[in-house]
Amino acid sequence: MSRIKLFLPLIIFLVLVAIFFGVQRRVQTGDYSSTALPSALLNKPLPEFSLPTLQGESLSRADLPQQWLLVNVWATWCPTCHYEHPFLVELAERGVPILGVDYKDRRDPALKWLAEKGDPYFATLFDEQGTLGLDLGVTGAPETYLVDAEGIVRFRYQGALDQEVWDEQFAPMLSSLEEASP
Amino acid sequence: MNHRVLLAVLLLLALPSWAVIETYQFDTDLQRQRYNAFIEELRCPKCQNQNLSGSDSAISQDLRRQLHAMIMAGKSDIEITQYMVDRYGDFILYRPRFNAATAVLWLLPVGLLLGGLAIWAMMASRRARRVPIQPLDDHDRAALDSLLSDEEKPSERAGGDS
Repeated sequence: MSRIKLFLPLIIFLVLVAIFFGVQRRVQTGDYSSTALPSALLNKPLPEFSLPTLQGESLSRADLPQQWLLVNVWATWCPTCHYEHPFLVELAERGVPILGVDYKDRRDPALKWLAEKGDPYFATLFDEQGTLGLDLGVTGAPETYLVDAEGIVRFRYQGALDQEVWDEQFAPMLSSLEEASP
Repeated sequence: MNHRVLLAVLLLLALPSWAVIETYQFDTDLQRQRYNAFIEELRCPKCQNQNLSGSDSAISQDLRRQLHAMIMAGKSDIEITQYMVDRYGDFILYRPRFNAATAVLWLLPVGLLLGGLAIWAMMASRRARRVPIQPLDDHDRAALDSLLSDEEKPSERAGGDS
């Protein structure tokens, strides 16, 4: 017994080393990010909004199609959005409905962006003041929300979407959504 | 000469002047105090460990503007806290409210303290149970002396004391 006691500090040290290396490993593989917060909106309805679109029409939550869709928060001042945009265009070509939220941006550069790089959004809300962004709990662009057919937020991803993120994070969510409501 | 220049530069550097300066107008001192209390207690959701008053990120600026607007609109502290938590979760509160997710945060220090006290009490009771060392009484001392002297000088002191 007293023998074990002698080695107790060493054992505690080794356990701590194992924990720290484990966390570090998960950070490196991308399984864990200390900056990615779970959204407070998870499993709650998408907040009400009534905003102009970039094209100048008015759009509110009630106008959204009754099916699952993505809500993508972007801006022309956001470098990561440049990187992400081609994949969004690809998703749109595959038939994924994406609602754009142009977050704290100016209208002219945003319209130019969509004209030059392609428009993957079925509509783009012009959130000049960031009010919808605040209601969504956006901390920065880009962010992408998965909203189900009942208008409930099921998932939030912070950062750029690409094929890998789509396959690993969105695809499983989507297949479970489709199983739930055939 | 160089030292003087350096000294002058250092004296002229007013670090506090680089802090966040925003000029919000308040009607009353109480509103100003509530605003200042909130920006100390609310955490920037984008940063790793900064409150709203210490962060210059875009989201912190927005949240400060929103906070000011809500205080001026006469919202209560509870309403403001609820508004922030609804959007950014318990993360935004430096003193999160007690619930299932934050129970570990609140209870772990108490648990560790109780554990420490238990270990301390255990060690103290064990120490108390140990028989204290008694000083030798006269009889024992005499016996000891005789034994020791027997060993050293057996011829001189044999049987001398007892």
